[in-house]
Amino acid sequence: MHEFSYHAPTSVNEAINLLATHGAKARLLCGGTDLIIQMRAGTQQPSCVIDAKRISDLRRLSLDPATGLFLGAAVPCVEIYQNEAVASRYPGLVDAAKLIGSVQIRDRASVGGNLANGSPAADSVPALIALGAVARIAGPDRERTVPVEKFVVAPGRTVLKADELLVGMQIPLPPANASSAYLRFTPRNEMDIAVVGVGVAVKMSGEGCLEAQIALGAVGPTQIVAKEAATYLAGKRLDEATLEHAGRLAAQAATPIDDTRGTAEFRRHIVSVLTRRALLATAARLRPNHSGN
Amino acid sequence: MAKTRIEATINGEPVEFLCEPRQSLLEVLRDVLNLTGTKEGCLTGDCGACSVILNGRLVCSCLVLGLEVAGATVETVEGLAAGTELVPLQQAFLQQAALQCGICTPGFLVAAKALLDSNPNPSETEIRYALAGNLCRCTGYDKIVRAVMDAAALMRQGQGRASSPMQGREA
Ligand SMILES: Cc1cc2nc3c(=O)[nH]c(=O)nc-3n(C[C@@H](O)[C@@H](O)[C@H](O)COP(=O)(O)OP(=O)(O)OC[C@H]3O[C@@H](n4cnc5c(N)ncnc54)[C@H](O)[C@@H]3O)c2cc1C
Ligand code: FES
Ligand code: FES
Repeated sequence: MHEFSYHAPTSVNEAINLLATHGAKARLLCGGTDLIIQMRAGTQQPSCVIDAKRISDLRRLSLDPATGLFLGAAVPCVEIYQNEAVASRYPGLVDAAKLIGSVQIRDRASVGGNLANGSPAADSVPALIALGAVARIAGPDRERTVPVEKFVVAPGRTVLKADELLVGMQIPLPPANASSAYLRFTPRNEMDIAVVGVGVAVKMSGEGCLEAQIALGAVGPTQIVAKEAATYLAGKRLDEATLEHAGRLAAQAATPIDDTRGTAEFRRHIVSVLTRRALLATAARLRPNHSGN
Repeated sequence: MAKTRIEATINGEPVEFLCEPRQSLLEVLRDVLNLTGTKEGCLTGDCGACSVILNGRLVCSCLVLGLEVAGATVETVEGLAAGTELVPLQQAFLQQAALQCGICTPGFLVAAKALLDSNPNPSETEIRYALAGNLCRCTGYDKIVRAVMDAAALMRQGQGRASSPMQGREA
């Protein structure tokens, strides 16, 4: 690796000051599962690395009945799925957190880093979008918020300015009649990058869908919100014909490319299949006798 | 770049070392502390040969900076055996012939230890998922999985970590 200075600030302010001094040459470090690889490959050569893991705000995972979940940017995936209160209310987020890499990766990798890295295939991002997550960003003079669906602007690029950092994600508390799911397609079961990822959150009344959110990953330069499919589902029973049609609408929202991992046509097909399955999985989680996630 | 003095606990012992920001924990273990049991494979988090337990969690030491372990607890493969006495996991790997070239073995042992620390009775599927971050190019994995199942059984029979080889087993 190239030479750089290492800092481990203990407050957001201290980190902001470091960013002000080092500007675009500084990078935040959470689990390092993207950053250290990029530095070793030479694709990222920051002169200053700011370890975020000693900042308590960024390590905080807290559930509040009024405001919902605050997920600090540096909280590793393992702390999300091992937290039963979080797991029961945000199963879609937990689906994604459990899919990222291997045990070795999930014990270190954060959702904040997954988002800030800006990959279109990042597993946590469609789940966050479906759950209505908002990114909290700290800068030199103020904090601002950006909905997660607007956070990534291009592959590897986000709305963060050189002097800003991601504090964490605020996720509203889903009502009792709502649930969520994230499904992805990969050729292997573990340790693979999504060819397609679909996150859904649904509010139900009996077998009827009151409201839905659907977000797609790995089928465009950034994550895509499948608005038409979601709007179509509102007020419908989730029967086979409805699910089929919602899947088709979601597939139409996708803008995939052909690559070695799958053709655009294949990816669109998978979007429709996974959308249907994710909706079914979410509805199943809301049935009274449903156990576990 | 100036070196920083770092204090950490490695395999139960307090350790001090000097480290540059750009050195990974893997480099520190192997090149500075001479703990060469931890192996270097891919350097991209894919192979798990560099697995260690950091503050109770299984991580790839190639994806940790040496400076990050200030004040931390690190367990490496060297910390498994008590002197020359192998723990059940190590015995089971030998018994099942769960290694050929051996480069992946330290990583598998550490990953398996992390699994058995939290789940003393894993199913075969649980073992396969828990070890998915460790690659082996020689064995085909089945023998490794069987070794972990055997070790778990041995340990459940109350054989502690200091148990002597082969006790309580049929040959
Ligand atoms: C073997 C392997 C398998 C993987 N499998 C998957 C997978 O299946 N699915 C998947 O989605 N991902 C996968 N990944 C990538 C995944 O581990 C990362 O995207 C991870 O979630 C990033 O989090 P981190 O804490 O490691 O971030 P880091 O690597 O520390 O940081 C990532 C980027 O975000 C920036 N950053 C971090 N925190 C902040 C902050 N607070 N403010 C501003 N910028 C910040 C960093 O500067 C860096 O550019 C895999 C990685 C590996 C090595
Ligand atoms: S060397 Fe660290 S995972 Fe391969
Ligand atoms: S024994 Fe050779 S790689 Fe596993």
